[in-house]
Amino acid sequence: MQLIEFTDKGLFCRAGNFYIDPWKPVDYAIITHAHSDHAKWGSKNYLCHTLTKPLLQARLGDNNYETLEWNESKTINSVKVSLHPAGHIIGSSQIRVEYNNEVWVASGDYKVVNDGLSGAFEPVKCNAFITESTFGLPIYCWKDQEIIFENMRNWILANKAMNKASIIIAYSLGKAQRVLKALEDFDEPIYMHGATYNMHQALLNANVYLPNINAERVTPETPKEKLKECVVIAPPGAEGSSWLKKFNPYAIGVCSGWMQVRGNVRRKNVDGAFALSDHADWNGLLQAIKETQAEKVYVTHGYQSVFSRYLNEQGIWSAEVKTEYGTEDEEVVAETAEDKKEFIDGE
Amino acid sequence: MANDKHIFVDASTQENAKDGMALFSELVTFLGASTKTLEKQDALINYFSLADDKDKVWVIALFSGRRPRRLVNSSLLPQWCIEIRNIPGWLFSECYGSVGDMAETIALLLPEASEETKESSLSFYIEKLVSLDKQDESIKKEFITGCWHTMNKDERFVFNKLLTGNFRIGISQKQMVNALAKTVKLEPSVIAHRISGNWDPMTTLFNELLSEHATSIDFSKPYPFYLAYALEENPGTVGDANEWQAEWKWDGIRGEIIKRNNELFVWSRGEELVTDKYPEYAMLQQKLPEGIALDGEIISLTNANATTNEFTILPFALLQTRIGRKNVTSKQLKESPVGFIAYDLLEFEGEDFRNRTLEERRNVLEKIVVGVNEPALRLSPIINFNNWDELAAIRATSRDINAEGIMLKRKSSIYQVGRKVGDWWKWKIDPLTIDAVMIYAQKGSGRRSTLYTDYTFAVKDNDKLVPFTKAYSGLTDKEFAQVDNFVKRNSLEKFGPVRTVKPELVFEIAFEGIAASNRHKSGVALRFPRIKRWRKDKPADEINTLDDLKKMLAAYGK
Repeated sequence: MQLIEFTDKGLFCRAGNFYIDPWKPVDYAIITHAHSDHAKWGSKNYLCHTLTKPLLQARLGDNNYETLEWNESKTINSVKVSLHPAGHIIGSSQIRVEYNNEVWVASGDYKVVNDGLSGAFEPVKCNAFITESTFGLPIYCWKDQEIIFENMRNWILANKAMNKASIIIAYSLGKAQRVLKALEDFDEPIYMHGATYNMHQALLNANVYLPNINAERVTPETPKEKLKECVVIAPPGAEGSSWLKKFNPYAIGVCSGWMQVRGNVRRKNVDGAFALSDHADWNGLLQAIKETQAEKVYVTHGYQSVFSRYLNEQGIWSAEVKTEYGTEDEEVVAETAEDKKEFIDGE
Repeated sequence: MANDKHIFVDASTQENAKDGMALFSELVTFLGASTKTLEKQDALINYFSLADDKDKVWVIALFSGRRPRRLVNSSLLPQWCIEIRNIPGWLFSECYGSVGDMAETIALLLPEASEETKESSLSFYIEKLVSLDKQDESIKKEFITGCWHTMNKDERFVFNKLLTGNFRIGISQKQMVNALAKTVKLEPSVIAHRISGNWDPMTTLFNELLSEHATSIDFSKPYPFYLAYALEENPGTVGDANEWQAEWKWDGIRGEIIKRNNELFVWSRGEELVTDKYPEYAMLQQKLPEGIALDGEIISLTNANATTNEFTILPFALLQTRIGRKNVTSKQLKESPVGFIAYDLLEFEGEDFRNRTLEERRNVLEKIVVGVNEPALRLSPIINFNNWDELAAIRATSRDINAEGIMLKRKSSIYQVGRKVGDWWKWKIDPLTIDAVMIYAQKGSGRRSTLYTDYTFAVKDNDKLVPFTKAYSGLTDKEFAQVDNFVKRNSLEKFGPVRTVKPELVFEIAFEGIAASNRHKSGVALRFPRIKRWRKDKPADEINTLDDLKKMLAAYGK
């Protein structure tokens, strides 16, 4: 019997009788991070990182939440569980599960580069590692975030020079905070779409460390004069919506790892494209896997078949696993129902 | 004209001094990402004002289809890239399947530049590549991989494009001509004329090509075409039948033939000068009277008779073999002969005829065509009809003569500019349609490169499914996203980039024609197939059958 089984409800630890990131309601759910494809509504008990709890409260409402700090452990039915930074977004954690001297780690989503907000990814030694593979092709190789940030700032300045506002499309949880990081010492007024702003406030209320920026919410009452040449952070739902009209003339930029490929940039029909991702790139995935020293690697959402085949050829035992993660992933190009709701709620 | 617009695709490092290759790669990156025609034009104008003359000549050559001969076998580049990156070949193929462009796949896979650039201009790279043409593979490899090591991602992409060919990067020749016109202050038609024909970018100087002081009178200049709107309703709505002239709607390409100053010019739609492509028209330089402009159809035809004005239209597929060709072989001339079906007269004896009525213009046109007395120059026959019902019955026979339907032109109308409502209508026949199920999907290219947007469809043959066509267009972006999602969740097998999917989604496929084909399993080939609509209401076991297709072939195929 595997310590973690892949069931139709999600990753299941039979010995501990709990699930990790289940996509159906269960009795006990351990949540890696607060993105909607990993944190689903309806479970009776939730265990997550301290910083994830307020985000889950904001998205799932009041529930029975328990929290752990990173590296703090808890025993559930004689299975030892601990959380370790995954570097993906604020509070994102890898779940380490130990039973009878066997260790499994479920990574959720992760990136190995420290973005200064989400905590530095910590490799955890284990026997079996469950990895994502969103960008599991060698064409994905991220630039240093400082270079991307610099490009973003130059883009904003170029827009200003043409009297245009700069609309930056970024998911409210994760990407939006990184954009703030890019604009930290940038002396320009920052505005936010309501959905972005609500998440921003939720983070501030939870005392999460954020770049020190006074962002203002765009409301129907905000005078058009004030919005001239401004910088706006908005969720993907804003793309192509009439909400953008009030910023005319404006340029629109998208932050996503998919922007690495020209075809995606063209299809997006945008003026700026920034390959800024919260997922590990090809080398990041390989590095993370190597550092776990895992004997078995299970590959989930993304390019699982390609990545798994490659690992096997490199002498690392690997199998692909079908999950429902990534179906509403923040970086999946198609817009999700969740985005739409969030967008409308924030308007 | 200054231009400070940039599309920021964040790989471009802005601080670099702009040498020739960097400038060009920035242009290509911009043109590839921008969707705004005016911005693209500004970027081109900006490029032409900054680049050095030698590079400009090459850019004009590249964008007008004068790429130097392919230097290396196209399988070598991936091979070298695989060696450098040290990845298995199948992984390269997966990457290529995802990116959809060989040049870009290689540019993305190669490690970051490790050396400083030494040489810089676009012309240096191209001319160096040309000079290596006869050298050993190992020397070519050393040069090309050496270049890769000194270039950033965008430069490599452009460099690889030079090596792999097809420089399709989001601008038409017409857009480039317009940008050049603004840069050198010449009329676009003059430029189109200048950059046409046979010139060698290796030896041609920019000033020779585009000096402002060349001949000031432009004899080649075409008149803009008058374009028809589609008639969606009953023709009774346009008025009385006897006010209208009916002709067949020919399935060729629009063309304008001009003879002025004893020189012949053939323009196709899009202001492209194509005189050299159709040697069949060369005799018109002798036979046409001076000072004349004819509007008509460039079309594949045979059995043409100058006395009776009879001719047989050949399938569009034959004309297609000619459209892209600059140099035509005698074999092609024989297999896909091209003629010109004249239907209007825009200039006569040097006088602009466009403000005369159609009846007047037609009268003179008929005399000219008869006078020329050459099978290759035909007159578009006028269809006689007494009432709309009669014409509708004639229209239904369009497919029999390879026509697309009927053109209606008001007899009293003048020749207008561009697409105007009122006096000209195209009354096309309805496309043929068939309901089919999607069985294979493949990722698109260009802006669809990460979505499954290229589908193969099948009809039923008893309990088997027989693939019969692909179709690429006809769905909205939203529908493509939905189908893409279905494909990802319902894949049965994977063959390289192609996925076999559960035969569940039914689409109505529209097409313009059907022909027998022994290259296809189904035995038919369709003309211009596209998705008409997604039949969410129809289960897969109710789709059309191979027999239905064969009946269509018997009825409409030749």
